[in-house]
Amino acid sequence: MSELAQDERIKTTSPLRQALVRPELGSIAGTIVVFLFFGFLAYDSGMFSPRGVMNWSTVSAQFMIIAVGACLLMIAGEFDLSVGSMIGFAGMMIAIFSVTLDWPVWTAILVTFVMCTALGALNGYIVVKTGLPSFIVTLAFLFILRGFTIFFPQLIERKTIIGGVSDAAEGDWLASVFGGKVGEPVFIWLADLGLIDVFERGNRAGQPVIDGIPALIIWAIGLVIVGHFVLTRTRFGNWIFASGGDAQAARYVGVPVNRVKILMFMFSAFCACVFATCQVMEFGSAGADRGLLKEFEAIIAVVIGGALLTGGYGSVIGAALGALIFGVVQQGLFFAGVESSLFRVFLGVLLLAAVILNTYIRRIITGEK
Amino acid sequence: MAPLFEMQNVEKHFGTVIALGGVNFSVSEGECHCLLGDNGAGKSTLIKTMSGVHPPTSGQLYMRGEPLTFRDPREAMGHGIATVYQDLAMIPLMSVSRNFFMGNEPVKNVLGINLFDHDFADRVTMEEMRKMGINLRGPHQAVGTLSGGERQTVAIARAVYFGAKVLILDEPTSALGVRQTANVLATVDRVRQAGIAVVFITHNVRHALAVGDRFTVLNRGKTMGTAKKGEITPEELQDLMAGGQQLAELESSLGGTV
Repeated sequence: MSELAQDERIKTTSPLRQALVRPELGSIAGTIVVFLFFGFLAYDSGMFSPRGVMNWSTVSAQFMIIAVGACLLMIAGEFDLSVGSMIGFAGMMIAIFSVTLDWPVWTAILVTFVMCTALGALNGYIVVKTGLPSFIVTLAFLFILRGFTIFFPQLIERKTIIGGVSDAAEGDWLASVFGGKVGEPVFIWLADLGLIDVFERGNRAGQPVIDGIPALIIWAIGLVIVGHFVLTRTRFGNWIFASGGDAQAARYVGVPVNRVKILMFMFSAFCACVFATCQVMEFGSAGADRGLLKEFEAIIAVVIGGALLTGGYGSVIGAALGALIFGVVQQGLFFAGVESSLFRVFLGVLLLAAVILNTYIRRIITGEK
Repeated sequence: MAPLFEMQNVEKHFGTVIALGGVNFSVSEGECHCLLGDNGAGKSTLIKTMSGVHPPTSGQLYMRGEPLTFRDPREAMGHGIATVYQDLAMIPLMSVSRNFFMGNEPVKNVLGINLFDHDFADRVTMEEMRKMGINLRGPHQAVGTLSGGERQTVAIARAVYFGAKVLILDEPTSALGVRQTANVLATVDRVRQAGIAVVFITHNVRHALAVGDRFTVLNRGKTMGTAKKGEITPEELQDLMAGGQQLAELESSLGGTV
């Protein structure tokens, strides 16, 4: 473009200012700061040993899975406050289908996925058809789904936790896609080389302390890659931006805004369901209180990642980094021996800082005063 | 030869309200036909009738002499009738090239997946904007950083690129400053020279006279006749819009500033 005559009315912008309008910038800076901070504070604590890394990676991956769904939905201009309840509900359905009703686990998982995405579609349909804010509609579903999650197990089993999923899932092909581990031979090889520790006592003596990468992490990375790809490289991605940026303007030029929004609600529910399935397979049980407050954690990760609450702007990579910051800080404070309640204080401060930064960036982009 | 687009005795009633009570209007290739009217004259209804939003209650639309009816805006667009509305259908947070191709994204197939062809979109956007006399900093510049006139030009360039034969501009200069207005009027002139029929809707007589080839005044839902360039003075147009002598009297008391 340099050969083009520059319009004298356009001020030249510094590279810093140009970099600032990338949505990921805040979260990249945040990630660096957080790693430096814990690098000093918790270096000796084992936080950066293979086991420690696996610990905060797993926690971050959990946040990432729901953050991807929340991110695309927020860019499309809507919220989903029912994510947390959806996690609890999905987990409970899998447990009821597979343990109480004794269905094969793969059937239980598939049916649950269909149910949850259908509920996501219902959320979206109501929002699109009534024109009500998604905040209110999904708040209603937050209570409705949580209520059923507590009611069903009490009705059927007279308790709020259903266990025994692990036994039912033994040898199930689909269960291992969510609860399995990847790369065991690599870790055994690394342990043989002495690069990672092995258990010295107990019934797993001689086995490496990390025996594989949890499927959860693979799901998180996969969802981030797919989400980022769809958003930035496909025409559907352009429709997501357009639907959230200005739905009416998008409709004028033929973007199927309603379809885009409903699909994003379904994707958000899908991500919640992935989260729930991984969790149920890991714990071997479903509890009525699972997923509490997860919707807000997802939204915070997305906002730290640079997305605007008003829609039309954001980045999946940013949201993933937001989730990483979230996970590293939560586990890092634990490793550093800091009182864990301070995590919430930190989170609040971080959220506020991120929102203020994003508002400032928005002004730069749109030239508002 | 029949004009490219024509309306004969078009009426549009909403219940008991007669929004349009007999409109005669035509526009040819390479012509800028200005449609002047004060607030409430029925300009918006007329635009919506032309662009297929409202079917006319009576009267007939013609394209090259062939009668036609639109069931929805998409059908009108299919006939090459494009409308640039006042609110532009443009998203400030998105880049110029993403806006330019919004809803009509170019795709290229890579390994069986249809990808948004960003290279093509960026190149075409820069080219089309250069043709309109605007040098963008880059195709990724957000529309929000453009001035009102530049945004108007992006919207016009977009309509032209996607095959507009009749371009309806809904008060494109109403919210602009002097220089931006001049830029938009220059854009209208370029579009006309490219052989596109332009319908320029405005209530500003001076802007109309600057680019118009013919002028039609709309008052209380009726067209008050059409005049060619040079056949009518600004004062006469002004009076026709106001529907009589009142404005002339008002003008004299204001010292000719309206």
